[in-house]
Amino acid sequence: MKTDQLIDMLSTNLEPVKRGQVGKTLAWALVVGGAAAFCVMLTTVGLRTEPRDTSHLSFLGLKLLFTLSLIGMGTALLLRLVRPGRDGRRLFNLTLLPFVVIGLAGAAALALERPMEWGRMVLGMNWATCLFCIPLFAVIPFVALIWVLRKGAPTDLKRTGAIAGLVAGALGATAYAFHCGDDSMPFIAIWYGAMVALCAFIGALLGPRLLRW
Amino acid sequence: MDVRSTEPELRSLMVAGLDGDAASHRSLLERLSRQLRAYFKGHLIRINRGPVEAEDLVQEALLAIHTRRHTYDRSQPLTPWVYAIARYKFLDYLRRTKASTSDVPLDLAEEITVHDDSAHVESSLDLERLLAEVPPKARQAIQYVKLDGLSVREAAAKSGMSESAVKVSVHRGLKALATFVNKERRS
Repeated sequence: MKTDQLIDMLSTNLEPVKRGQVGKTLAWALVVGGAAAFCVMLTTVGLRTEPRDTSHLSFLGLKLLFTLSLIGMGTALLLRLVRPGRDGRRLFNLTLLPFVVIGLAGAAALALERPMEWGRMVLGMNWATCLFCIPLFAVIPFVALIWVLRKGAPTDLKRTGAIAGLVAGALGATAYAFHCGDDSMPFIAIWYGAMVALCAFIGALLGPRLLRW
Repeated sequence: MDVRSTEPELRSLMVAGLDGDAASHRSLLERLSRQLRAYFKGHLIRINRGPVEAEDLVQEALLAIHTRRHTYDRSQPLTPWVYAIARYKFLDYLRRTKASTSDVPLDLAEEITVHDDSAHVESSLDLERLLAEVPPKARQAIQYVKLDGLSVREAAAKSGMSESAVKVSVHRGLKALATFVNKERRS
């Protein structure tokens, strides 16, 4: 085929392109993925029922602060990664910040307690449920994000996959936070942190395969 | 690919094309194709690949630029966007063909200093064969609208589809085409 022939074809009856498509579809993926994660949480483990007072709300707030900051940064990063020629390296490194902050807070909380309390604080009551639920809740958000990113043009597939995994993991963790009955900083730092990081790692592995164009 | 000097001009062509101006879009693609050709030839000669492969890559990049042009942010310069696509396609080509860069004849590489190359050959891609792989509905839409030059309305009347269905089919068809171009050379 001659290149002129191709150019002829591509510019015949050209359709205008709507503005803001990329951001809009990404927003949809977040809403749909987040809602789906929440529904999966409701139908599997359900909302937290104990305690009935509001003493646990500050910990819910901390958990959400961690996950929502990751979702915010990750989304800003995806908006760059999905467009060729936009380098988001600085922002990419910045996503480590919430992990560092929560890690330090967790360590500080441990330091303030007697070592005999550490086991209880780290393992909580349901570390295994957390381990299982966050990646499970992240599946649908991940699929939604990959579907949207494939419509774009990511050129760094590993990094894009990693951030898609990170955001999906953080959405899963957000949903899990509404069930989670473990109120301790080290618990959040270790289990929330590790599970979201795991999701990012899986995303990095799958990215080159799923996002190729 | 030295497009810095032509950046403002190319960018305005791109923006006009995004708004639906076919003449600007054609002019953009023609000019980008010359720059892409120089870029790919310059890179391919280092791994002992010829002008046909370069033309394949030019066409693949043009298809990518066209079908993914919604990812161009009008507030950003165009050059890095085009360059990133070209680079992605070249690296993808290297992965696909498992070509190593160890057999690079360096002295040859230096001869390529052109930035604009219009001496082109035909690519190894066959439009008829590629179109045959596109789903029938989309193929028909591409045939009417993109090859025969019928308007969307005429194509809709002729095929019994709604106008928006024709538009969607053309869009999907071109994306499928771009995918097949990629697959064709992977196998």
